[in-house]
Amino acid sequence: MRDVAVIGIGETEFGELWDRSFRDIGIEAGLKAIQDAKIRSEDIDAVYIGNMSAGKFIDQEHVSALVADYAGLADMHLPTVRVEGGGACGAIALLQARLAIASGMHDIVVVGGAEKMTDVGDVQAAEILSSTADQEWESVFGATFAGLYAMMARRHMYEFGTTREQLAAVAVKNHKNGALNPEAQFQKEITIETVLQAPRVAEPLGVFDCAPLSDGAAAVVLCEMQKARKFSDTPIRIAGSGQASDFLALHDRRDLTTLDATVIAGKRAFHEARLQPKDVQVAEVHDNFTISEILAIEDLRFIEKGKGGPATAEGLTALNGKVSVNTSGGLKARGQPVGATGVAQAVEIVRQLRGEAGKRQVVGARHGLTHTLGGTGATAVVHLFERGD
Amino acid sequence: MAIPRFWREIQSRYNLIGTKCGSCGKVDFPPRAVCPVCGRKSIGKMQRLQLGGKGTVVTYTVIHDAPAQFEMQKPYVMAIIEMDEGVRLTSQLIDVKAEDVTIGMKVQSSFRKLGQEGEAGVIHYGYKFRPAG
Repeated sequence: MRDVAVIGIGETEFGELWDRSFRDIGIEAGLKAIQDAKIRSEDIDAVYIGNMSAGKFIDQEHVSALVADYAGLADMHLPTVRVEGGGACGAIALLQARLAIASGMHDIVVVGGAEKMTDVGDVQAAEILSSTADQEWESVFGATFAGLYAMMARRHMYEFGTTREQLAAVAVKNHKNGALNPEAQFQKEITIETVLQAPRVAEPLGVFDCAPLSDGAAAVVLCEMQKARKFSDTPIRIAGSGQASDFLALHDRRDLTTLDATVIAGKRAFHEARLQPKDVQVAEVHDNFTISEILAIEDLRFIEKGKGGPATAEGLTALNGKVSVNTSGGLKARGQPVGATGVAQAVEIVRQLRGEAGKRQVVGARHGLTHTLGGTGATAVVHLFERGD
Repeated sequence: MAIPRFWREIQSRYNLIGTKCGSCGKVDFPPRAVCPVCGRKSIGKMQRLQLGGKGTVVTYTVIHDAPAQFEMQKPYVMAIIEMDEGVRLTSQLIDVKAEDVTIGMKVQSSFRKLGQEGEAGVIHYGYKFRPAG
């Protein structure tokens, strides 16, 4: 396998972008990444797109060709690939693009992630998100996406004594980080009381335990490592990647308070990178709900199983804590355009490792991690990044 | 949604029909063609099995933000239930106040209306669970 590095990053602001179409945001992120990488369009060998459900959100399938077309690449007749995998699609697109370069088939690939979620109403958008759970044996009975995560939260509270306040601490921390990110959907700090007093969604989770519905896109340019040095002084090497799947329905899983897919994807990535959790200074994890971040920091072995709640409340995962988690604001505050998530996480980590994260810069960041979930954890993807210099 | 989509699941949704692996004895619900434990050894050996309808609440939630179809029922309780046969499923809990639900609570299945596809669409049925007793 050839080494692969990220040489360019780009993203749109995240939020309710009423005046922008799927095409607009996809192109903006892609062009920013290409500019950042200082490559010409002739240098691009392929385009990979992570997108969860354009068919349902905007009635448009075949978005890989569409994005390449509107990015001005139609005449180059590039191979374009759209990847689906629930919320993990952007992270899987990144992994597939990495493999395409590692194999020797391509040298430079643009990976984009995009979702336009606000062209449908809130209720419909929530139903579309739920379609990554088991439609026939969960959703049809009335289980919502938030409801399934709420049942993990309830069980975590029961087994480990995790409190409502500890869950809220995740949202408070991520809003605090989001306030330092000019591209974030929410740039306002909140208090524990805000979270606790918010309307209930699925008990024990309330509105502030849930990531928002968002429009947004992100892109990275991947390049073979030797060639990468020609384009960038700070190529960020992908040191390891792991992907894993599990039972689709939450009720079929071995344990309701551990996402085995995360555990295994993490082990695979750390094994390939020859790194350990203690080597990582900065991580973007899938906090679509507050409980998700608690599970992630435990399942990725940053924090002992069952201690994710107290660890968060004590600030171990705060900016420049033991490990800085979701410095971008995470899905919770940066926003959650589903297809963009895995790619946007990579953008944040690259920014951190380059030392370009401004007010939210993690001091001495050398290794970073992204963790992305599909559905309620039937898919998990972990990537490890390191400075290539 | 097309009627056959509900119709073809009637056996499991009305009568709790699952499968038992002829190789290791593990029970699955809904039916599986391949046992997740035995893999290839189980092919052709998955036997039909009707669950007894009794189980225990493993975790639960009260849904306040509901899909359009469940709007009239909210707030309602959803639970993951471990059936006495060992397999788990997700179902609504009924005939109980949300504040009285506990992890470990014994429940039994009950045949109910699950939903309706709009004004003129198909009404579909299946299991919900209520306190055992």
